[in-house]
Amino acid sequence: MAGDFLRQLDDSGMGRGRNFFQKLHIDLPLFIMLLVLVLCGLFVLYSASGQNMHMVSRQMVYFGIGFGCMFVIAQFNPYWFQLAAPWIFGVGIIALILVLIMGVGAKGAQRWLSIFGLFRFQPSEVMKLAVPMMLAWFMAAKIMPPNLKVILQALILIFIPTLLIMRQPDLGTSLLIAVSGLLVLLFAGLSWRWITLAFMVVLGVAPMMWYGVMHAYQKQRVLTFLDPESDPLGAGWNIIQSKTAIGSGGIEGKGWLQGTQSQLEFLPERHTDFIIAVFAEEQGLIGVLMLLILYLMIVMRGIYMASRARDSFSRLLGGSLIVTFFMYVFVNIGMVSGILPVVGVPLPLVSYGGTSIVTLMAAFGVIMSVYTHRQM
Amino acid sequence: MSFSHKDAETEKAIFARRAIMAAGLVMALLCVLAARMMFLQVSQHELFASKSENNRVQIKPVAPIRGLIFDRNGILLAENLPSHSLSVVPERVQDMDYTLALIDTLVGLSASETKRFEKRLKQWRRPFEAITIKYRLDETEIAKLMVNAYFLEGVEVEAELVRHYPRGRDFAHVLGYVGQMNEKEKRRLDAAQYKATRRVGKIGIERFYQDKLHGTVGYQKVETNAQGRILDILERKSPKPGQNLILNLDADLQHVAMEAFNGRRGSLVAINPKTGGILAMVSSPSFDPNLFVNGISFNDYNRLRDSLDKPLFDRASRGQYPPGSTMKPFIGLSFLQAEITQWSEKIDDPGWYMLENDNRVYRDWKRRGHGNYINLRQAIIQSCDVYFYEMSFRAGIDNIGPFLGQFGFGENTALDVGNALPALLPDRAWKKKYRGRSWYAGDTLNLGLGQGFMLTTPLQLATAMSVFANKGKWNQAKLVQYVDGQELIDTALPADVEIKNPQDWDRMGRAMEGVIKHYMGTAKALNNNLNYRLAGKTGTAQVVGIKQNEEYDSEALSERQRDHALFVSYAPADAPEIAIAVIVENGESAGRTAGPIAREVTDFYLNSLKQRPGINSDVFGLSNIGTEL
Repeated sequence: MAGDFLRQLDDSGMGRGRNFFQKLHIDLPLFIMLLVLVLCGLFVLYSASGQNMHMVSRQMVYFGIGFGCMFVIAQFNPYWFQLAAPWIFGVGIIALILVLIMGVGAKGAQRWLSIFGLFRFQPSEVMKLAVPMMLAWFMAAKIMPPNLKVILQALILIFIPTLLIMRQPDLGTSLLIAVSGLLVLLFAGLSWRWITLAFMVVLGVAPMMWYGVMHAYQKQRVLTFLDPESDPLGAGWNIIQSKTAIGSGGIEGKGWLQGTQSQLEFLPERHTDFIIAVFAEEQGLIGVLMLLILYLMIVMRGIYMASRARDSFSRLLGGSLIVTFFMYVFVNIGMVSGILPVVGVPLPLVSYGGTSIVTLMAAFGVIMSVYTHRQM
Repeated sequence: MSFSHKDAETEKAIFARRAIMAAGLVMALLCVLAARMMFLQVSQHELFASKSENNRVQIKPVAPIRGLIFDRNGILLAENLPSHSLSVVPERVQDMDYTLALIDTLVGLSASETKRFEKRLKQWRRPFEAITIKYRLDETEIAKLMVNAYFLEGVEVEAELVRHYPRGRDFAHVLGYVGQMNEKEKRRLDAAQYKATRRVGKIGIERFYQDKLHGTVGYQKVETNAQGRILDILERKSPKPGQNLILNLDADLQHVAMEAFNGRRGSLVAINPKTGGILAMVSSPSFDPNLFVNGISFNDYNRLRDSLDKPLFDRASRGQYPPGSTMKPFIGLSFLQAEITQWSEKIDDPGWYMLENDNRVYRDWKRRGHGNYINLRQAIIQSCDVYFYEMSFRAGIDNIGPFLGQFGFGENTALDVGNALPALLPDRAWKKKYRGRSWYAGDTLNLGLGQGFMLTTPLQLATAMSVFANKGKWNQAKLVQYVDGQELIDTALPADVEIKNPQDWDRMGRAMEGVIKHYMGTAKALNNNLNYRLAGKTGTAQVVGIKQNEEYDSEALSERQRDHALFVSYAPADAPEIAIAVIVENGESAGRTAGPIAREVTDFYLNSLKQRPGINSDVFGLSNIGTEL
């Protein structure tokens, strides 16, 4: 059934423009769906930012840069990614180490690297692309499905950047980067035995994480997640207010710019991580379901595109990137609606913030590249 | 690396299987999200909708404006003045130490203000509830704070109406004062009505008429943001201001009375016999009630509390003194009522009196006695003790006690003097119960002189004098004349005092006039330049209960062991308009201390005040003045 759906996506909207867009290495259905998502996101942001046009225009600039990146990256043959993967990964690891030594940061976390004081960048964002690229490069060279030795080597490759980012500390990003690496393993045909074993290991490691690795504020987040009412004015405030915003939206929503939870500033972080609550409050369940369907279509199209790529490296990379994109959606909406802990993950292409937009659009550029460079 | 084992088609097939699996996982997880959203937005919608509405809309109570208090001529005695205070919302302050330091440099913070603030900071309060740190800012201070508002996030200048007593000291005890509501009062008062109110009446009229002065709370339905800042008023129900009170008290008379004491310890109560209206009620020394409105400082309070003169003590309604010879006109009437003597009967006073089978000698205040011509009239004029020993013995406690009770002794008969004490009118049952002994004839002799167990308050004495002046017709003593233009009516009026021969009222009154007019009268000094008919009676009461081991110098000690001086009077004798009771603690001679005070107050009332135009009828139109403030 899923296959039929994917084929329909492939056939629709490709008519006359096929040749022109193929020359540009742009997949028209995915491009249109991204455009719709971005436009929706701008309207939500206008409301969530308290009708701050300045913020919306900056977000538009970010999208401009993002689409530019996507367009440029899409022009590269995946061959070049394969070639560059170890180098990008290596540079990224060095940058992560530098961050820990001399990084700048805010709110008790060191995430930024200042380059000659001119501009700042976040190496962990680069790793969002570099880790799946590296893993795809590594796995593509091995026999699939991977044997134990390969799996262990791959896990070490994943573990190094994950640990470095966790030390910044940025638990959410590090886990999602680990997931993007693991997804490559999964797509490479990791056997079910190992998957089952990994689950059991995670269950065993969780308590050790709690007592060894996690910072007090991270523990607090988990505790608050488990019982938000325990600290209604402190850590639980965010989740209580976001659930209130979503729930009060009902089926039809309160209408654009009419959400009292967000407009009256009860909702924290409403233009960044909690923007879905603004959307849910103002557009209701109908809007939320339409947004979820839009995300679903984007992800399905992405999976289809990855599966049509010409070699293992491209397929693994594309598959990992698009499913990671979905994981961002899932973790963000899950945390805002109160079924996952608050980990600080933005809603892809809707939340305000340039870094995340550029990284995500670059990922879509890679996906477009692997799909449109099918001929050897 | 061995490419020989790599098979592109196998790898493609593996990926395809895994891709379908991933797609399935994505769908499943999206279904989880969709289900969660449905749960929140459909099943739980009503719960969260009301939560969101509660977030947004708050009902803020609006305190009513406290009723004003005027004297009988419309002179303002308690008003509400706008006052600016500085408050801090701790949740909105980034750096408390810095903010406090800045406030200190701008307007200055005393140690007690800082201490009080820190204490409040530790107590429980609603989130975003402001804490007042400094009261009564002046214009300069407000300006300084406004200019620096940018640096003072979370600090606000609040305007509120604060009670002020323009005639502070004169009315401190009788009017009372308002102060911060405490936990006990919060439990006692209607929580809904007092939601926005911070101060309530603590003593005096302010406390007794708290409910009427308070008014009805209003509310505002306001839309607030998360910081509690009001964005819009959706609905408003204005509070109903408290009722205004017009008192029987006369501000100028009260002032004259207070000045007449000249700092001496004592009390004066003046009542209009025709209405029972209390014209003046003074307890000296006094204090400034305005100190209490915003919370008195420890130092000020300790000074008032520890003062030997006990300025906080309301002597007029709570001071209990033996009435002494001021009882004689009342007791004299009880003799006539018991028919144990007539006006004409004369006795011989050798200066002492003895009971049969008792070797105790009861002495007259005049050592050699008053002579052999003492009838009731002379016994009043000269305050002859032996006459009253003899007649009290004849009449007995069962005739004297109940008769005195009809004048309100031993109970609080006043209509609206909240914390007045009943004092003590002893009888057989009382003595049995509290002293464990039966009533002896000697006790009756003591009672006949207003000594022994009997205690009265100045308020009771004045009330009794007023009933006497009114020929036994009762009007309850009352401080308030009108509540919002509505005249106060007696609610628990005691039965009028009926005597067998109503002419005795006049005869006794004339005897009391003799106290002043007669050359033997105990208060004959008051007769100078008297231009109206004054009837009075002196009294002295022995001081008991001074603890010898208390720490004060011997001079003060001896001063405080002197007798209390009492004086009761009414005037004009033919048509009484003012009845007065005065006590001067350790005043020794009633004719020289208490008497002149009563004379001065009566003079002022009958001579000076009468020249002034009467009660201005416009005063009664002031019932809504509170709303215009």
